[in-house]
Amino acid sequence: MSLSLEEVGRIARLARIELSPAQAESTRDQLNGILGFIEQLQAVNTDGIQPMSHAVDVVQRLRPDTVTESDRREDFHQVAPETEAGLYLVPRVIE
Amino acid sequence: MSVRLENASLKALSTALAAREVSAVELATLFLDRIERLNPSFNAFITLDRDKTLDQAARMDARRAAGETGPLLGIPLAHKDIFCTEGWLTTCGSKMLSNFVSPYDATVVARLKAAGMVTLGKLNMDEFAMGSSNETSHFGPVRNPWDTNRVPGGSSGGSAAAVAARLAPVVTGTDTGGSIRQPASLCGLTGLKPTYGLCSRYGMIAFASSLDQAGPMAKSAEDCAWLLSAMAGFDERDSTSLAHPAEDYARDLDQPLAGLRIGLPREFFGPGMDDDVRVAVEAALAQYRALGATTVNISLPNSGLSVPAYYVIAPAEASSNLSRFDGVRYGHRAAEYADLVDMYSKTRAEGFGAEVKRRILIGTYVLSHGYYDAYYLKAQKIRRLIASDFTEAFKVCDLIASPASPSVAFRFGEKSADPVQMYLSDIYTISTNLAGLPGMSLPCGFGQANLPNPMPVGLQLIGPWFGEAKMLNAAHQYQLATDWHTRAPEGVL
Repeated sequence: MSLSLEEVGRIARLARIELSPAQAESTRDQLNGILGFIEQLQAVNTDGIQPMSHAVDVVQRLRPDTVTESDRREDFHQVAPETEAGLYLVPRVIE
Repeated sequence: MSVRLENASLKALSTALAAREVSAVELATLFLDRIERLNPSFNAFITLDRDKTLDQAARMDARRAAGETGPLLGIPLAHKDIFCTEGWLTTCGSKMLSNFVSPYDATVVARLKAAGMVTLGKLNMDEFAMGSSNETSHFGPVRNPWDTNRVPGGSSGGSAAAVAARLAPVVTGTDTGGSIRQPASLCGLTGLKPTYGLCSRYGMIAFASSLDQAGPMAKSAEDCAWLLSAMAGFDERDSTSLAHPAEDYARDLDQPLAGLRIGLPREFFGPGMDDDVRVAVEAALAQYRALGATTVNISLPNSGLSVPAYYVIAPAEASSNLSRFDGVRYGHRAAEYADLVDMYSKTRAEGFGAEVKRRILIGTYVLSHGYYDAYYLKAQKIRRLIASDFTEAFKVCDLIASPASPSVAFRFGEKSADPVQMYLSDIYTISTNLAGLPGMSLPCGFGQANLPNPMPVGLQLIGPWFGEAKMLNAAHQYQLATDWHTRAPEGVL
């Protein structure tokens, strides 16, 4: 399995990371090196093995449906790039 | 005091503070002065705030004056910059968060604060904990105090260098694939990665959520036991925190080792290990036999698959976790952009370094439509096989021993050109994370003895789930019989 430049471009768009054409080429080579390395997993027989998504088998806890956090909106907005009237500002999405 | 304070154990510092031989302010001042003098050589600390530190220390002295006691009250420490620390810059080693002053404390930070510990500053690390050499930090590499031409290991490289240079008595670190144990090994420290779920991940900036775990790094197993006892504990704010009863991890330190069965996985003693590492590790095993332990040969047949499985699972989880860095709520935002998607893409292109981008792209690919089963699901099945190997192994042994790293600290640039070569420096540590087991590294000798600067070698101990006290007992008994852990790099003391 080897990625083409076009596929690298598609992955970068999905990941929302801009890549220049020059970066795309070196990125493709590095990603192909890593994918070549993880390819060895395909040779292992895993029929009937349950996937392990977590190191410890725990069941999600339930908690009482009560307010536990205080309102710290101003503190959290302090660290945001752009806010106005208690809202986060982003470039216009809907014309 | 007979022992110099900058080289003292937590027990000695605790005793001196309780006897009012030294105050928290004096202790913090001593370490801040050392940091000012020595840190430029190592780049271990990336954020310092003398006023804030001394103010906190003064409050600890006031707590003691008001009658409070506690083993850690007034003792200074430093945090890896992955831990959110209220009012402190918390960068995770990235340009993305280079302006982020955390509005809250990670649970680990809050617990240590409540125990009375004083924050000296924030420690350099590989960007978002992705690296094994500290060369991926946005703030420049950390230099190994044993030889400043060599890496300290990573990702907790600043943590390791800080203790090795005696710039902090103890520090926090995190370990996703070896990021506590490998730098501890390369810098001659004792470092412990607990059972997954023992220390809260709340406020610890996430890399791979099913693998990340916080732990202590220190000069000795005893200090690790003291710090871990204060760090660990159930936290309802972390959905994977374990409701495990609180433990005193120092309780078994003095137990004799007679009858202890140490498993030696044949896969961890094969080719790929440097000769100087092998010699030091074999000598440590002989020491353990002299202390009454027996060694048994075991096999972890699937452990060879742990590095490739990790490099599917960890990037997959990272690509999901790091999607939060989008230039909207915190951190860097690109200065110029055409629209929303362009803002995201430029922000992330500017804010992340090369290794972080590589891992996000790999993760995005293995989770993308049509490839999920072939990569991610497959890796999760192999993870089960790797964990089952350990379950079998612990039927015939109490602890497992191996080298922590296949080589001593390497030189800058030696492995940074080829990502896969760098990934292989965690070959002995990664399976522990996949299985969720506790593991530690402790100094067991020096390699490259013919060079002007001999470099430390680390012995890895792996325990069964919740086997921390047993591991610390074995490490402490070894440290009573040897003095490797007391050695310090030339010029720091």
